[in-house]
Amino acid sequence: MPDLIRNGVTIDDNFAEAFPMSGTGILITAPNAKWARQAALTMTGFATSVIGCGCEAGIDREVPPEETPDGRPGVRALLFAMSSKDAEKQLVNRLGQCVLTCPGSAVYSTVAGEFEIKVGDALRQFGDKWQMSKVVDDRRYWRVPVMDGEFFCEGKVGLTKKSVGGGNLLIMGADWDKTMRATEAAVSAIDGVADAIAPFPGGIVRSGSKVGSKYKGMSASTNDAYCPTLRGVTKSELDADIGCVLEIVIDGLTDNAVREAMRAGLHAIIEMGPEQGAKRVGAGNYGGKLGPFHYHLKELLP
Amino acid sequence: MKPFTFTLRQEPPQRVDLSALTPDRLAGKSVAQIEAIEIGVTRISTKVGDLFNVSEGDLKTVRFEGGSARFDLLGAKLLPGFEIHVEGDVGAQCGRLAKGGKITVSGNAGPHAASGNLGAEVEIKGDVGDFLAGPLAGELAGMAGGRVIVRGKAGERAGDRLRRGILVIEGDAGEDLGARVIAGTILVLGEAKGRIGYLNKRGSIVLARGGCFGSTYVDCGAHELTFARLFARSLRNHSAPAADLLSRKLRRYGGDTAVYGKGEILTPD
Repeated sequence: MPDLIRNGVTIDDNFAEAFPMSGTGILITAPNAKWARQAALTMTGFATSVIGCGCEAGIDREVPPEETPDGRPGVRALLFAMSSKDAEKQLVNRLGQCVLTCPGSAVYSTVAGEFEIKVGDALRQFGDKWQMSKVVDDRRYWRVPVMDGEFFCEGKVGLTKKSVGGGNLLIMGADWDKTMRATEAAVSAIDGVADAIAPFPGGIVRSGSKVGSKYKGMSASTNDAYCPTLRGVTKSELDADIGCVLEIVIDGLTDNAVREAMRAGLHAIIEMGPEQGAKRVGAGNYGGKLGPFHYHLKELLP
Repeated sequence: MKPFTFTLRQEPPQRVDLSALTPDRLAGKSVAQIEAIEIGVTRISTKVGDLFNVSEGDLKTVRFEGGSARFDLLGAKLLPGFEIHVEGDVGAQCGRLAKGGKITVSGNAGPHAASGNLGAEVEIKGDVGDFLAGPLAGELAGMAGGRVIVRGKAGERAGDRLRRGILVIEGDAGEDLGARVIAGTILVLGEAKGRIGYLNKRGSIVLARGGCFGSTYVDCGAHELTFARLFARSLRNHSAPAADLLSRKLRRYGGDTAVYGKGEILTPD
């Protein structure tokens, strides 16, 4: 594979392979930013990978009070799943357990998708018939009495099947500190891109996987080709100067959001250069068999 | 483009039924055909041409230059996307069963304004008669959607059997405001008297100047309500004082406990 070099960082002539997902986004507001964030953090917790969590979710951005429907501070959270049914199940569960329970919270739809998930229409039943419906500007909301006042929730939340999951960057550096520095810079650049999230802890995955395992029943296992500790004993993709590899996985509401997030991340890594950060950037794919969305790194370069 | 305009030539000699003069029903007709439309309600003929000078224009907006308290059923069954403006007064049942669109009246409106409104935005700059947004005799529900703003005062039983939608009365309201309300929201910025919210089932009645609601309403304390903030934002461009009222901390009176007790009257704390 011919290499490309920008600012001393080697870019693999490779591509990230992504697949279609069902995506939805909600805006959570609260009397202050702390509790809006808390509700969103709780709701998007344990939502790193659809493989074991049922969905991938994360915080897209903080929304200032001037931009929210009720004039309170808000946080926008995105949630992605492999089917609209999974997305619905996960969203209703998470709203019920993590947002309904969170003091002061209210929920609004922020995605105009092809489908709608009945969230408020499900959660309202918590009101034990004391809930009240309100229609404002043709949208239905529910007021559910709770111990700190009222939980206010939009009846339906938009869902789009045009979302994309699995955009990724493999960041390779000399040691943990440098690789982490470059990866963190990339994650904060991705945070600035609307409609895209990096669902793993702090946006970063250290356990990139390959398909299959030597154990029966395991569908995925460690990506040994990118494990620096196995370089030499396994067929490695790493040169001698790479001591650490971290991955960023990106989900977006649209194909373009994922592309822009990858571009932002890649640019941040390149800007830092190999002395401070990463020596090399690659991307994960399965030879084009996994999904229809291919993001070629060379097309994203500065 | 200039609106389709009816200019009043003389006060109607009898009550007239203007329900035929909505954009969808005027579409495809020539001026001559429109002038021939019978709008009288007695055996003595009154045609559009007898009362109005018709000047053609874009049917998205229909304009009446000059009004009368005898203009009944103006904008009845209006469809979404269309507008009707009246410079002057209108009679009974203005905007009756309108499905959407916008109606503005610069003068007063008679009884049953916005009766059974389903989704239109109705603005009346003057006063309105009794049974604002209410049902006609024998009907089980009143207004079921849309937004009605009255800049002046309203007659008795405003919002009777309201089912959905928002009613804003910037002036005073007559007796029995929000009687038999099923659901929906009523705001009154002036004085309201009589049996307010009598047999209110699930509706919200917001009063700028409190009052006594009788023993079937129960004080539930003062609260910051998120839905009120959302309503305030939505109403800001239509009625700033109503938006201000909703932005305040509101005391909630639950009731009418003579029925389900799921409705409420809200007043500033």
